[in-house]
Amino acid sequence: MTAKVTFDQERCKGCELCTAVCPKHIVVIDQDTINSKGYHPATVSDMSQCIACASCARMCPDSVITVEKE
Amino acid sequence: MAKELWKGNEAIAEAAIRAGCDCFFGYPITPQSEVPEYMSLHMPEHGKVFVQSESEVAAINMVYGAAGSGMRAMTSSSSPGISLKQEGITYLAGAELPAVIVNCMRGGPGLGTIQPGQGDYYQATRGGGNGDYRTVVLAPSNIQEAVDFTQEAFDIADQYRNPVMVVCDGLIGQMMEPIEWRELPKRNLAPKDWATTGKHGRDHTNVVNSLFIDPNECDVHNDHLAAKYAEMEKNEVRWDEHNCEDAEVIITAYGTPARIALTAIEQLREEGVKAGLFRPITLWPFPEKALHDLAAKPQVKAFVDVEMSSTGQMIDDVRLAVEGQKPISYLGHAGGVMPTVEEMVEAAKKALKEVK
Amino acid sequence: MAIVYQKSAGLTDKQLHYCPGCHHGIIHKLVAESLVELGLLDDAIGVCPVGCSVFAYNYFNCDMQEAAHGRAPAVATGIKRTHPNQPIFTYQGDGDLASIGTAEIVHAAMRGEKFTTIFVNNAIYGMTGGQMAPTTLIGQKATTCPLGRTKEQAGMPIRMAEMLATLDGCVYAERVCVADMANLNKAKKAIKKAFQLQMENKGFTFVEVLSTCPTNWGMTPLKAVEWLKENMAAYYPLGVVKDIETEAK
Repeated sequence: MTAKVTFDQERCKGCELCTAVCPKHIVVIDQDTINSKGYHPATVSDMSQCIACASCARMCPDSVITVEKE
Repeated sequence: MAKELWKGNEAIAEAAIRAGCDCFFGYPITPQSEVPEYMSLHMPEHGKVFVQSESEVAAINMVYGAAGSGMRAMTSSSSPGISLKQEGITYLAGAELPAVIVNCMRGGPGLGTIQPGQGDYYQATRGGGNGDYRTVVLAPSNIQEAVDFTQEAFDIADQYRNPVMVVCDGLIGQMMEPIEWRELPKRNLAPKDWATTGKHGRDHTNVVNSLFIDPNECDVHNDHLAAKYAEMEKNEVRWDEHNCEDAEVIITAYGTPARIALTAIEQLREEGVKAGLFRPITLWPFPEKALHDLAAKPQVKAFVDVEMSSTGQMIDDVRLAVEGQKPISYLGHAGGVMPTVEEMVEAAKKALKEVK
Repeated sequence: MAIVYQKSAGLTDKQLHYCPGCHHGIIHKLVAESLVELGLLDDAIGVCPVGCSVFAYNYFNCDMQEAAHGRAPAVATGIKRTHPNQPIFTYQGDGDLASIGTAEIVHAAMRGEKFTTIFVNNAIYGMTGGQMAPTTLIGQKATTCPLGRTKEQAGMPIRMAEMLATLDGCVYAERVCVADMANLNKAKKAIKKAFQLQMENKGFTFVEVLSTCPTNWGMTPLKAVEWLKENMAAYYPLGVVKDIETEAK
């Protein structure tokens, strides 16, 4: 299975709720990026470990995460 | 058509049903309780909605919800209850929702009395709630007018998407009179495509709202409302003049005192005093120009404003219209005490004597 | 690739104004997803409150009315009584529902009004800047109880789900939270069930969702989640308070 998680980083508020619910601990805050709102947005550190459970996306208050799988 | 004997409050309720009122939300308070009582029995017969609310505040907000979803909605109350409804009325005006609100006025302030009064004039004509807004205010002085105005109020409300008040003193609500059920001309009304009825495939959501958090948007919204109120002032102002053509002294009065004034004028004329009556039918928009023009006539010497109020309230609008052209004196009672024919005759003679 | 999860069609594209980590956004999603999954979105009319979720009419992709503070249940009554076959909901916070609008919610429940209320309880007035709510916990600090709420001064916090459940007109009351995935799933299930019961004309349905307010609690979003679990859930027990379906069995 291939999983893909995409973040609409411009809309992300960096709240970290997604990072806490990832069973693989691969959803992290991207400290190297700052969006136009001034937040460090969330991202996935190692996509190969993603199981497409969509917990991060379902927990995201701002609906910035889309999860796909093949 | 044959005349039928009806009690004011019940006639108002029946008139609303005949005008296509879809739903009525009310709370008991004297002297208007016959309106919800009548509605509770007869609305369901027509497949329409009646709810007795937990408070006047809730009733007017039920009106808001129903009106916002496209219904012809109505509530009624008496003075202290109308105070409670002011929150909802300003939201109705702000969200541009049509609704009919009947105030069967009693004496105040506070609990005041359950007897008839006219102390809610300011509240009715100056908006009453917070912010800049106006409601069309129709003031019947007999039950036929109460019936006609209630029916028309729904059309006026729909035309402008604005609350309309029918304001009668408790006497009109409580007494019985013969009336005729007349076919009234219907207005050409636009479909309520703004109402929240469910999207049903529409490409946008309809939102009923009075919140404009951006100052510029709120300013634009208020300008839009002001333009609408200007239209109402242009189109909806109504008044009645009785024996004003040659009158030297003119009584200004609305509602029940205006009826009493008719007898006073008759008596004054019998005594050789040329007296007339100027009766605003819409308290807002006030017939300002008509009264101003009347005051400008050379033969008019003085005005006597008569209200069921101790301080006088409409007298401020009379003063604004007359603009100091002629003197204005005041006669008023509160607490359910009626100004009498004798008092009016005496006040009119005194007013004339003071200018001659 | 197949989409596993994306932004619900029950929400508009407007960006939410909520603070980072505020649970309102999650609860909005659950309501929106429930309406979509039940096929009710196109028919739905929602009523939003005064408080942090005052702009919810910008976010739900269905017709919406904005009510005066606390009056959403009265507004919803006016809508539902005249549109008896359509799904109607109110979305209210704790100041709106449990303080200024107590009369409206109690009487809507008493009458058994057939709409669904989503009650977001974050134990504080968020929009106005963190004042004490009727649901603020004892000892919890707020800008109008800067030393912490005391029983002597403000009484004990109000448990709305339990209170409304005493009324026969209320057929379903459940308290949930969205603090973790298991609870989020339960919350979604509760919201869906409330709408289902509404559409079956059963009566008034009520879902209380415990929520965080990181900004006014003065915590990070993740710390706020922990605080909710430790403190709020202790005073406001999670779970079904009333369900006439199970009671009837």
